[in-house]
Amino acid sequence: MKVDLNAIEEAAKTLYIRALKILPDDVKSGFNTLVKQEQHPTGQRILATMVENISVAEETNNLLCQDTGIPIYNITIGRGVDVDGYELKEAIRRGCTRATKEHPLRSSVVHPITRINEHTSGGRRVPVISVDFCDEPELLIIDMVPKGSGSENGSFLKMCIPADGINGVKKFVIDKVMEAGGKVCPPTIVGVGVGGTSDLCTKIAKLAASRPLGSVCDDAEGAKLERELSEAVNSLGIGAQGLGGNSTAFAVHVETAATHITMNPVAVNIMCNSARRAQARFTPSGVEYGF
Amino acid sequence: MAHYTIEMPCSEASIRQLKIGDTVTLTGWLHGIRDATQIHMFDKGRQTKFDLNGHAVIHTAPNVRKVEPRDDCPAGYEIVCVGTTTSMRMERFTSPLMSREGVRIIIGKGGLGEESRNAFNCIGGVYLAIVGGTAALETTWIDQLTDVDMDDLNPESLWKFKLKEFGPLLVAMDSHCQSMYDEVQASAEQNRLKALERMGISV
Repeated sequence: MKVDLNAIEEAAKTLYIRALKILPDDVKSGFNTLVKQEQHPTGQRILATMVENISVAEETNNLLCQDTGIPIYNITIGRGVDVDGYELKEAIRRGCTRATKEHPLRSSVVHPITRINEHTSGGRRVPVISVDFCDEPELLIIDMVPKGSGSENGSFLKMCIPADGINGVKKFVIDKVMEAGGKVCPPTIVGVGVGGTSDLCTKIAKLAASRPLGSVCDDAEGAKLERELSEAVNSLGIGAQGLGGNSTAFAVHVETAATHITMNPVAVNIMCNSARRAQARFTPSGVEYGF
Repeated sequence: MAHYTIEMPCSEASIRQLKIGDTVTLTGWLHGIRDATQIHMFDKGRQTKFDLNGHAVIHTAPNVRKVEPRDDCPAGYEIVCVGTTTSMRMERFTSPLMSREGVRIIIGKGGLGEESRNAFNCIGGVYLAIVGGTAALETTWIDQLTDVDMDDLNPESLWKFKLKEFGPLLVAMDSHCQSMYDEVQASAEQNRLKALERMGISV
């Protein structure tokens, strides 16, 4: 399959805008589940407002949240795909800039030292573009996540040591959810990375936070940890927006990676209630949009 | 718990009557302010052309479309989407916002800390919680973007909005030293100990 770079650019633009406006079905279902369970009156009111906002965004064709975030594009390339990797990244950068200027969107990205905003939603190394590969023939996937800053500021890494054990990992997650409180815009998806190197641990925590609700870690040990931590986090009573109740998190998602004999790293990356993402799948029959 | 409609600008007395758990709808005017705006105002000594005395500010940096100024877009910006950002990053600016500029109401999400709670008590102010992530809805509560200052900081300019009915908003911190966030955090701390114990983790 030969990849049309113009179609990639167009998809990079479409995905950014689409992600900002339409919440994935699994997240909508997650809201419905919380609405049914929540007993706290303030929590009930807050969840009802969030559900109303999802409808208003769709009816008015507007953004769900004002935070256009830091644009992240995760590319997965299957077998037998003919594409110039450098040109692919350039096409995505162009699409991201066009979304910002043509919609228009607030560019939320600045130089880290000068704080100058280029008004393109881009800059050095941003949009964040990651490339991975899969076994499927003639397929290229772009997953787009506009990562909001309120929840991204709720990112934590601890290089626990083997003597801390899995209990050290669990305690770190609970303590960081406590520390984040209402600042990360709960209900959230709490992404947890366990193992790897420091950078891999952080990366898989974000992949965990970006996973669809209802999905389960494909490592049985990770899946067990997800269930235990989900129960524990929602027993804290932080609640929606940090104002009380049981709707602290839609779920805790865990991803794992092998690590060094002397290491036991844990990372937390949180996704806010506006858990936005969008996906484009390129196959020989064209491009298909989803989540 | 009562509901109030307050027109901006407002008096100290209208703020002092509010208690946590009450709800408020604002009418009149609202000013958008954010990290960079306040860093420039209070760390770099910049003055705004707006009179913020008795006014409300919202922690925001909106999505706007630049247009030729016209009757319904006098500032040359059309509103696309106005929402709210996490307040706690701006904790240290509450006190100067109130003492230097006369601000009475801060609207945001996630709450503010002890220094703000004390400023609300000493000077007379409140924190009104809006629901984070509900910008599409908030945008429908705003009539017009009427003016802008410090626009070199765009999108973190100081924005002036004319409101329809902005709310309901929740009084989450009042002028009587009460904070719903503190109450929740205190009970969450007890729950945290129980959760750790259930998982067999000693503290």
